[in-house]
Order: sequence, then C-alpha cells, then structure tokens
Amino acid sequence: MELGFGSEFDAFRTEVREFIKAHWPPADGNLKSHENERAFVVAAIDRGYMHRSIPKAYGGSEQPSDIVKAEIIREELTKARAPSGRIPGNGLVVPTLLEWGTEEQKQKWIAPTLRGDIVWAQGFSEPNAGSDLASLRTKAELSGDGSKWIINGQKIWTSHAHKATHMFCLVRTEPEAAKHAGISYLLVDIRQPGVTVRPLVQMTRQKEFSEVFFDNVETPTDMLVGERGKGWNVTRSTLKHERSGISSMTWSLSMFRDLVKLAKEVEVDGQPAIKHPRIREELAAIEGQLMSLTYSTYRATSHDVHDRDIGSFQTMPKVYMTDLAGRISKLARDIVENDFIDMGGERLKWIERFMISLSMSIAGGTSNIQRNIIAERSLGLPRDKSQGATA
Amino acid sequence: MNFLLSEEQLALVDSVAGLLRNSCDPLHVHKVFDTPGEAQFDAGLWTALCEMGLPAIIVPEEQGGLGLGLVDLAIVAEALGKVVAPVPFLGHALATLAISLGGSEAQKAKWLPKLATGEVLGTVALCEGKCGWMPDQWTLSGTSLTGTKTLVPNAAEADLIIVGTSDGLVLVEKGAGYTTARLDSADRTRPVDNVTFEGTAAEVLPDGLVAIPQLIDAAAVLLAADSFGGADHCVTMSVEYAKMREQYGQPIAGFQGLRYQLVAMALATEPSRGLYWYAAHAWDAIPEKSSHAASQAKAHLTDTYLQVTRDTVEAHGGIGFTWEHDTHLYMKRAMQNWAWLGSPSRHRMRAADMAGW
Ligand SMILES: Cc1cc2nc3c(=O)[nH]c(=O)nc-3n(C[C@H](O)[C@H](O)[C@H](O)COP(=O)(O)OP(=O)(O)OC[C@H]3O[C@@H](n4cnc5c(N)ncnc54)[C@H](O)[C@@H]3O)c2cc1C
Repeated sequence: MELGFGSEFDAFRTEVREFIKAHWPPADGNLKSHENERAFVVAAIDRGYMHRSIPKAYGGSEQPSDIVKAEIIREELTKARAPSGRIPGNGLVVPTLLEWGTEEQKQKWIAPTLRGDIVWAQGFSEPNAGSDLASLRTKAELSGDGSKWIINGQKIWTSHAHKATHMFCLVRTEPEAAKHAGISYLLVDIRQPGVTVRPLVQMTRQKEFSEVFFDNVETPTDMLVGERGKGWNVTRSTLKHERSGISSMTWSLSMFRDLVKLAKEVEVDGQPAIKHPRIREELAAIEGQLMSLTYSTYRATSHDVHDRDIGSFQTMPKVYMTDLAGRISKLARDIVENDFIDMGGERLKWIERFMISLSMSIAGGTSNIQRNIIAERSLGLPRDKSQGATA
Repeated sequence: MNFLLSEEQLALVDSVAGLLRNSCDPLHVHKVFDTPGEAQFDAGLWTALCEMGLPAIIVPEEQGGLGLGLVDLAIVAEALGKVVAPVPFLGHALATLAISLGGSEAQKAKWLPKLATGEVLGTVALCEGKCGWMPDQWTLSGTSLTGTKTLVPNAAEADLIIVGTSDGLVLVEKGAGYTTARLDSADRTRPVDNVTFEGTAAEVLPDGLVAIPQLIDAAAVLLAADSFGGADHCVTMSVEYAKMREQYGQPIAGFQGLRYQLVAMALATEPSRGLYWYAAHAWDAIPEKSSHAASQAKAHLTDTYLQVTRDTVEAHGGIGFTWEHDTHLYMKRAMQNWAWLGSPSRHRMRAADMAGW
C-alpha cells in the first residue's frame, strides 16, 4: 500500500507548475475568453498533460497510464484555476466514439472536440422519457435516397444547448421494434434550420438547459454511431463515464475546501464559525464522509489499474457525492444564516450550490435510479422490471 | 500511488478468515455469548489464532515477531469483526504495541516474544471515570498506582496491564495487587473490567509518554476496522435474508422501500472501507496525518456500524429482535466499539483540533 507521491514525482510536479505558470493566466488577463482557453488546452495536450488516455492520432496526448501523474496534473490545474480541458458533454461523447465510432468518425470528431472547437450537447431526455429513457419518441427516418436521416421530435433539459454546435442524441429509428431495440445513436449539427433551441430558466435564475425542437432536421448516415437500432448499448457506455468516481471526488474536495474557508471567515455568535461546537462537529463529520469517498476512490482506481475487481463501490460514487454535496451546502447555510436568502449578496455562490446540489440528484440518472442500480448490480437483488433499473 | 492490499496481505486475511470459518461460526459465538455467569473469551479459538501468528504480526522481528504494520493488523481486525470473534485481540494487540513503542530494550526482550506467541496475555487500561479516555484526563501517576481504570478488556485474565498515567505508560504484572470487577456489559464477546489499584507496584515504560498518541490512534484504527467487518457482514446478512424471506407471495427483496433501506446500509458501509485503510496506512507511513485520520475513522465507522446494526434488525423483522438471532451480537459489538475510546462526537472534535481548524 502506497499513497504518497514519492520524491520521484517532485520534479514532475515542478514541471507541471512551471508549464501552467507560463500559460495561465493568459497574457491579456482575460480568463473567460474562449480563445485563451483553447490555446491553453492545445498547449497542454501538446505537452502531454491533458487527454492522456486518448491516442495522438485522434488529437489526444497518448501518455502511459499513471494515476499519480494524472492526480498531480489535476491538483495543479485546480490550484491555478486553469482550464481543465473538460467540457461537460464532450467528456461523454469522446469515450463513446472511442468505443463505438468508425475510424472515420474518430478521425473527424475527436480532435476538434478535445480542443473545444466543437461543443456537444447531450440529447437524451424528452418530456415523456426521463428515468424511463428508452420510452423516447423523437424519431429519425431515412431519406428517400438513403443518404441521410430526417429527425422530428423534441428533447428537453438539454444542458448548454444554446452554446453547443452539435448534439449526440438518441432517436427512434425502428418504430416496430421493441422499446430498447428501436433506438439509434446519432450525431447532429444543431446549427441548422429546423433546430429550435428554447432556453429554460433554472431555479438558480440561470439559463443552463433548454428545450430543443427538431423539425425535419437532417444528418448524414455516416453520423450514426454503432449499428442502427443498437443505440441503447452505445448509450450505456456513455452513462458509465458520467458516473466515474474521480470526478465525484474532485468536485467534492473542492466544495469542501470552500466550506472550510467559509467557516473560518464568517462569525457565528461572536466567534469564527469553525470554532462553534455545533458547526465544528458537523464539519468534521462531513470530512469523515469525504475521506471515505476519497480513499475508496483511490482504492477503486488502483484496483482498476491492476485489473482487480472494484466490488460494490463501483456503482456508489454518484449518489454518495450527491448526499455529500447536500450536506455541505446545508452546513454552509447554517454558517451564513441571514445571508442565505439574499441572492444579491456576497453569499450567492452558496445559495446556488444549495440548489445545484439538488440538480445532481436529478441529472445523469436520479438518485433513486442510482439506488436501483446499486440494488441490482452491487447487492445482487433480483431484477425487477417494474422498478426500471437500467436494462 | 498504489492503494491496494499486497498479495501477502490478501493471503494473511484469507488464512485468518479460513480459520474463523471453521472455528467461529455463528452457533459457536452464540454458545460463548450464552455461557452462564460472567462473560468469558473463547480460549480455544484464541490459542488457535495465536498459533497462526496473529499476535506476532506487529511484534518486531528481533523479538520473534513478523514485523508487519498496522494495515496488516487492521485487516485482521476486520476479519475478526466480521464474525464477532470472542477473543481478547484488542487489548492484547494494544499492550504489545505499547511495549514495542515505549518499552526499554530489556522490557521488549522480556515481554514481546511471549506476547507474540500468546503465552502471555496483555491488555491496556486507559479510561478513567465515565469517559476519561484521553491522556489529559488521566490522574493515576507514579510507580505506585492508586485509583480506578474503567472498561479494561479482559483485565481479570491478563498477565500484564499497560496503564496510562499522567506521566506516561506503566506496566503492571499479574499478582501486583489490584482488584478487577467484570462489567455486565452488553457485548459478551469482549468482556471488560473495572480495575482498582491500591499502591500497586508498576514499572515505567521509558518512552511511554511519546508512545501514547500512537497507542490511542492504533486503538481507534482497530476499532474502525472491526466495525467495518461487522457492518459489512450485516449488509450481506440483510441482503441474503431479503432474497429468501417471502411475503405477499414474493421475496421481500422485491419491495422498493426495503431495497432502498438495504442500499442505504451498503452506501454507508462500503465507501468507509477506504477511510479505515487510509487511517491504518497513515499510522504506518504518514505520521503527521495519523491522529487526524485515526479519529476520523473511529468516529465515522463506529457511528456507521451502530446505525447499520439497527437497520439490520429492522430489515429482519421479528426474528431480528430475538436473542437467538445473530443481529444482537453485532449490535452489541457495535455498541462497545462506539463507546470504547470515546464517542464519535468526541473523536470528531479531536479530528477538528488535529486539522488545525
Ligand atoms: C440540471 C440538469 C441538467 C440536465 N442535463 C441534461 C442533458 O444535458 N441532457 C439530457 O438528456 N438530460 C438532461 N437532464 C435531464 C435528466 O437526465 C432527467 O431530468 C432525469 O433523468 C430524470 O428524468 P425526469 O426529469 O423525467 O424525472 P422522472 O423520471 O419523471 O422522475 C421523477 C421522480 O421519480 C423518480 N423515479 C422515476 N422512476 C423511478 C423508479 N423506477 N424507481 C424509483 N424512483 C423513480 C425519480 O427518481 C424522481 O425522483 C438534466 C437535468 C437537470 C436537472
């Protein structure tokens, strides 16, 4: 058992740090500019620091798998608040293309996706197909000459659809086939006539997700990923990537760090909140849960690398993190007290987190659906179709 | 980074688990638990475990031990916790660690080889009063001890007791003149005594004072590991029962409400494995993090264990509330793990101090 990075990695950390310092913040100081972010990501890929598991031929940096180096890079990028190279939808579509795409599709789509030139939205949910995703109705039919798919229907809750250039989506191509067998996985350019994106305002006041309407939208047949009618299998690998443990851990760690900082800054009853027994004890209790997630994730990752069975933890990180995020944001609420209701005040970030922690219990498969999966796959409880654990 | 058990460690756990499967099935534990009179440990099982080399794990090689670390000891504690083994492992392991960390060369040479084989049984006396588990609460002092220590594991049977005092650690031999009173404690798998010293002769462990935090941290880790083993077993036991028990013409495992209860138990338990591993590993290899991690592990895992045993009773219905069923053995073990060394709440406060908050 070995957790430390070991001194042989000190030099590597220094290298990463110097690289970041040379490239971020950008010369013009504009942290929000897309060009600056792109330039950083391109340089980081070149240097072997990003998209390390992806072949060079597809625009990745193709480095030998090394969880310590990956962790060091992640830490240093987070510390410097530099771009991580992760863009929500893109993290889902790239692994899917690697697993299921044709050589041509990989060549064409992966590299620009990694650089952020193409931004993907995930078009899965529909008004009547949420948890029961396979009941989706948006349909695609082959054009008369068989050269393209014609899509009609509606997607909903599509995150950053208004910023995306493309969508990977699930559509019904075999209306006669059984529920799961009639679905195909298509890539679609959504900057074309026939696509209407109508942003929805979230409870946080932000316009993050949208309704997307398809009215005779076209996509060439070579935009089909996997076989026709086999989209359900293709999707399952996408969902698997959405539930990976590392991102849960990284996210929780950074939220907890902010919480500790808040507890030191804000006073409760004339003393720093962190010294207040009620707050202090809950903070420690949350840390215990966070440490469980962290070290079990290290364990899982090590097991993965050494081809050992991860066991029942595999299905757990998402719902565990969701609970943790709720608990963190509730303690922040207890610390800021009156500021908790002032959306124009300095604690807006925590008010948003109080709400965003709820979106985690919905997006990417609700917590109940995660529980169904844990029950079936980790505990081996008998399959029950009426409870809709993933087919 | 390589956060896994080695082949040797997996083999160690396997052999211990194998022995326990044969010699410590639930019926056997019930029998020990139900032996009339004061609670006793299972001498036969303890001898078998000693022959296998269990107490030698953390004894240095110079003194005839295996010279392994706390991770090795903790994964064994997990295996013992899984079957609620009625053996004096905790006190013995801690006494051994105390001498190994704080004893003179002569003390080590005299005691460690015998502790390693189990020829001598050791224990530790830490607590004073209702919950004086931490060194700043200890009032006994000097080499002529007067006062009472509470919740001392197997003091009546022990050949030596390591006593925590206001100036460090001292060693008291059997026959030095002290009285023990066995508690009618809920957990009859690990009896505890209150020990009263009256001018009892004690021998100082020269490096005892600096060894105290390490001793307390090791105790916390071993309790956490035992708790993980127990909780993990409770999850399995409840899941298996749910698959078998039928109501309304189907296995109760089909009812989503119960399924979610089982999932909540698994979600509380499985991820905490990494925490106890980390605490054990920190004790071995990252000393500056050890106390913080140990207290976190003790707090989180003993808390979790007790709740999971409550959930286990609920998942079993009426049968789970009986004396015949295994459920109460686990719940009572969990109660002792919760209280011994101080409540989760106290350890969270200790962890907060250690974090520098
Ligand atoms: C912030 C946010 C971003 C999103 N981004 C995207 C996106 O980019 N692309 C996309 O395709 N979708 C996205 N979604 C949609 C998300 O995937 C769905 O909302 C989710 O799958 C749930 O579907 P639903 O909203 O129809 O709820 P429903 O499925 O109707 O669920 C309602 C309630 O019923 C429960 N329930 C349903 N079935 C069961 C069952 N079998 N057992 C127990 N309980 C059950 C659910 O857990 C939930 O509590 C996003 C959602 C949010 C909140």
